[in-house]
Amino acid sequence: MFRLEVRSSTPAWFNLALPLLAIGATLVLCSGLIALAGAGVMEAYGVMFSASLGDSYAITETLVRAAPMIFTGLAVAVAFRAKFWNIGAEGQLLAGAVASCAVGAIPMPGPLAILLMAIAGAAAGAAVALIPATLRVKFKVDDVVSSLLLNSVIYYALMALIEGPWKDSFSGYPISPPIEDSANFPVLIEGTRLHLGVVAALVAAPIIWFLIVRTTLGFRIRVTGENPEAARYGGINVQRVLLSTALLSGALAGLAGVGEVGGVHFQVMSDISPGYGYSGIVVAMLARLNPLGVVPAAIFLAAVMTGAEAMSRATGVPAFLSDVIQGTALLAMLVALLFTAYRIRRVGVAR
Amino acid sequence: MSAVFEQIFQVGFLAAIIRIATPLAFATLGEMFSERAGVLNLGIEGIMLLSAMTGFTATSLSGSLWIGVLVAVLTGMLMGALHALFTVALGLSQHVCGIGVTLFSSGLAYFLYRLIFGQQSVPPSIKGFETFSIPGLSSIPVLGPAVFNQFALVYMAILAIPLAAFVLYRTPWGLSVRMVGENPRAADSAGVSVIATRFQAVILGGALMGLAGAFLSMAQFNAFTFGVVSGRGWVAIALVVFGRWDPWRSAGAALLFAFVDALQLRMQASGLGHIPYEAFLMLPFIFTIVAMAVMSRNAVAPSALLKPFRREER
Repeated sequence: MFRLEVRSSTPAWFNLALPLLAIGATLVLCSGLIALAGAGVMEAYGVMFSASLGDSYAITETLVRAAPMIFTGLAVAVAFRAKFWNIGAEGQLLAGAVASCAVGAIPMPGPLAILLMAIAGAAAGAAVALIPATLRVKFKVDDVVSSLLLNSVIYYALMALIEGPWKDSFSGYPISPPIEDSANFPVLIEGTRLHLGVVAALVAAPIIWFLIVRTTLGFRIRVTGENPEAARYGGINVQRVLLSTALLSGALAGLAGVGEVGGVHFQVMSDISPGYGYSGIVVAMLARLNPLGVVPAAIFLAAVMTGAEAMSRATGVPAFLSDVIQGTALLAMLVALLFTAYRIRRVGVAR
Repeated sequence: MSAVFEQIFQVGFLAAIIRIATPLAFATLGEMFSERAGVLNLGIEGIMLLSAMTGFTATSLSGSLWIGVLVAVLTGMLMGALHALFTVALGLSQHVCGIGVTLFSSGLAYFLYRLIFGQQSVPPSIKGFETFSIPGLSSIPVLGPAVFNQFALVYMAILAIPLAAFVLYRTPWGLSVRMVGENPRAADSAGVSVIATRFQAVILGGALMGLAGAFLSMAQFNAFTFGVVSGRGWVAIALVVFGRWDPWRSAGAALLFAFVDALQLRMQASGLGHIPYEAFLMLPFIFTIVAMAVMSRNAVAPSALLKPFRREER
């Protein structure tokens, strides 16, 4: 018999080792599917690695893909810290994309356009996140369910927009008109797609880390999540903290959409996000809700996504492997987290 | 106004409601059993998708619809067991594990489907379930042809509702399920195995979610597409709250939702003015959120929901 036993302390090296362990376990588990598809495991992973991190261009592509997941990962990490179960980052991202696209279509000087796009996108994301938070605070509606359902509502609103008033009258495709050229985010390295939004994402992580670890709001968020009773006893207005957390979390998710519009697509279409909002949950958990850990976690998932397409072309293994890897990584990380709080002890069975 | 009523009481409209309600009823009952035992299963969306895929694939390979249903149910049970392993045996966060199960099983569904069928311009289809009428009952005016000229899986869903109520309220196992969901420590003292009961409830829930998936790919659409579930699993979770964790009320909630959805479809088809059809697609989701806000005031969830049970701890 094995039994879980509460640890009195967690060894420090665990914090770094656990995500790596989870990722390792994921790659081993998913190699079964690669073999099932009739491809060489080492070859497939090799192609994935070289296509995502093998040369400088591949690295920039991976970073471009990581940027939205850094934002959604931060959004989820901040929310989960307060135990505000925001599963709605996907809808908040879409709202941010729509709002920033609307602003970006107005002719104005570039820097001003980019600033206003960011503000509009963050505000739109925050407004969407405020709905489940308000419903929870005022009506005790489960925030998981309401934030999940809102993703569908926002998605259909986006579709109504791009099949209706925003429909491209020239091509007839359901895509919005492009934003002004001046509103396109500057490209940082000539010949790549590495845009300003990627830098913004990389800078956002330490800022959010500072906010969570060093500021009063961050303290309130953490206490509310860890022990709402104690928070209340300590004079913290838990409901207000939940609403502030929602605003912050939604704004971050909205910024993920801003980056996709301003730096990658320059317009809005139905598949502007391949589930970056849900990936944010995986990223946040791999990072153990630490904003600094969000960056490597997002880069890992981005590398898997970028690499999976190349692997699919080279070996015929369906690119959906990257979705399986995401799900497996989340579950593996959860099991790994168990070992920070518990140790497995073998106990003899009395006969 | 009278024209609207005429529309509503058409046989075709009633039949459409029943057909929309069927997968929701299976899924809602499945989620209800799980939550009654204290386990929120956010894996439902992915479990339905994977079951829809395996059921469809098994039918298309074997030629037998019932083998497909069986495979879908087994898939649901297996994924339920996986969720229970994480949340019940290991006591991990039910929210995050559920999302993990959904991501994992939808990824797996897409991956395996592409592996088996390749990339085709026209998705392969099967000859799905056909309707058959129940002699006698189907001759009741209006209600008869709408309710009793349906797929076999619809009849199963109709029977599943009283059966679920009977199992939950009238059998010793149902009592155990309710006990471990309300007060696991008391249940444990009374000699009920909390872990085993929760595992059984989540696995039974998975079986019902599997039936929901099977209905979608084998009776409603007769094909597996990536949008085959499209949020129905999430809706089922809301319907459980709306139905206050009771089989009859949950089934009623599924029926009410199906009514709104069918109405939405009708309004779309009638090309109501210049309202974009997406506004109607949003309607059921907004309805569900509003309904939850109204109902949540006096909805009382099983008190041990979301709380892992470890015997050694207090």
